[in-house]
Amino acid sequence: MYHARLWSVRHARLLEAFYQCFEKVLIRLHPLFERIGYQRLEQPVAATEKVVKGFLFDCRMCGRCVLSNTGMSCPMNCPKNMRNGPCGGVRPDGFCEVKPDMRCVWVEAWTGSQRMREGAAIESVQIQLDWRLQNSSAWLRVAREKGEQRAGSL
Amino acid sequence: MTFNDEPPERGTPLSIRPGHSSPGRLERVLRAGNFAVTAELSPPDSADPEEVYARARVFDGFVDAMNATDGAGANCHMSSVGVCALLSRVGYSTVLQVSCRDRNRIAIQGDVLGAAAMGVASILCLTGDGVQAGDEPEAKPVFDFDSVSLLRAVRIMRDESRLLTGRKLATPPRVFIGAAANPFVPPHDYQVLKLNKKIAAGAQFIQTQYCFDAPRLNEFMREVRALDLHKQVFILVGVGVLSSAQAARWIRNHVPGVHIPDAVIERLERASNPQDEGKQISIEIIREIRDIEGVAGIHVMAYHQEHTIAEIIERTDVLEGRVCWFPECDATQACLSASAK
Repeated sequence: MYHARLWSVRHARLLEAFYQCFEKVLIRLHPLFERIGYQRLEQPVAATEKVVKGFLFDCRMCGRCVLSNTGMSCPMNCPKNMRNGPCGGVRPDGFCEVKPDMRCVWVEAWTGSQRMREGAAIESVQIQLDWRLQNSSAWLRVAREKGEQRAGSL
Repeated sequence: MTFNDEPPERGTPLSIRPGHSSPGRLERVLRAGNFAVTAELSPPDSADPEEVYARARVFDGFVDAMNATDGAGANCHMSSVGVCALLSRVGYSTVLQVSCRDRNRIAIQGDVLGAAAMGVASILCLTGDGVQAGDEPEAKPVFDFDSVSLLRAVRIMRDESRLLTGRKLATPPRVFIGAAANPFVPPHDYQVLKLNKKIAAGAQFIQTQYCFDAPRLNEFMREVRALDLHKQVFILVGVGVLSSAQAARWIRNHVPGVHIPDAVIERLERASNPQDEGKQISIEIIREIRDIEGVAGIHVMAYHQEHTIAEIIERTDVLEGRVCWFPECDATQACLSASAK
């Protein structure tokens, strides 16, 4: 899993391109999702998301996915859950203060962001998590939030 | 140094000057363009207030504010809120350190209000070391906020007079908001952007991790100046005092995020009197730091070496004849002659 995670950072550009298309599809599907009912979709979609993102990113299902802002390195793998950059304890070799045999999630995030087209997104401030969203689908949340925005602007 | 609007009673806050966020001395000293000196006070393993006062007196006349650490190194000591409350009661200028390791957003926002009510005028927002660094690694780490979301929360409380929930505050905490920076650890290229992010979130002053590597600091400050960040935030560079090569090695291996170059350790190793050599190293680094454009002061963290700070500050003359305010200040001629506008 750890190696898949490092692979994802090395291929941040590819994953970014894929997700940008995928998100467009999600947003367009919003009316359909609404008809089926988001409630009804939640369980199967969240289960799928957990498998796919779990494999690629060691995703912890925080429900508020920021991979596009973190160079495809999931910040929830940081033992301190840092969502805005590294802590001050990064080891000289770029490994984690808490888990000495793991690369710092944010050292990885920085290199991943450098490979991405929209890598500068790493500079945006992330607010504290809503812990009630844990284990819920971030994909459906994006579809709903951005889908409603789109419907509003049409 | 005393201000011309010193309150008649010790321990009552100064007024908030136009354009200032806090009634704190630290903010006043910095905004007046002085080279500021802050120091870290280690809270005692004790419930005796006298212990705290004794630790503060060591710095009398030489520091503009004292930082009370919040479970430094993930070890339990008296709380930073307790220490700051005691110190501000007698007029000392304090910096309340808040770490995200031990408390969630409910507790931290409450502490910010409590501390501000007790007279704390400056708050340093930190992530905190992991629990593995201390003597209770079995504790549950919280990390509900990270340093940036914490900064933003304090700024919202102050500037929008509300809690994160939107609930109104009758009186907001009027505090000068600070953050840490560590230019000495990877990813080096990202550190300046992280600083930028902290400024965007609300940081007004910065206290950095120990600097034992002036060339690296110079590089970092060049990047800071390229983005004009030194005009948006007051940067105080962290300074340590090493007592021996053995102590330096211990710090390097046990305190997360501290970078001590081999050359420094070798120098201590070769010295006939490592204690004096340690002081000499700090003095040289302070002189170097002082001359870097964009540095607004130093933050001295001399754990177990607090008694050396007065001598080091004196020998570097970074205060340029200023005597920093302390409770008996008004009784001494030196303080009056150094009074500020």
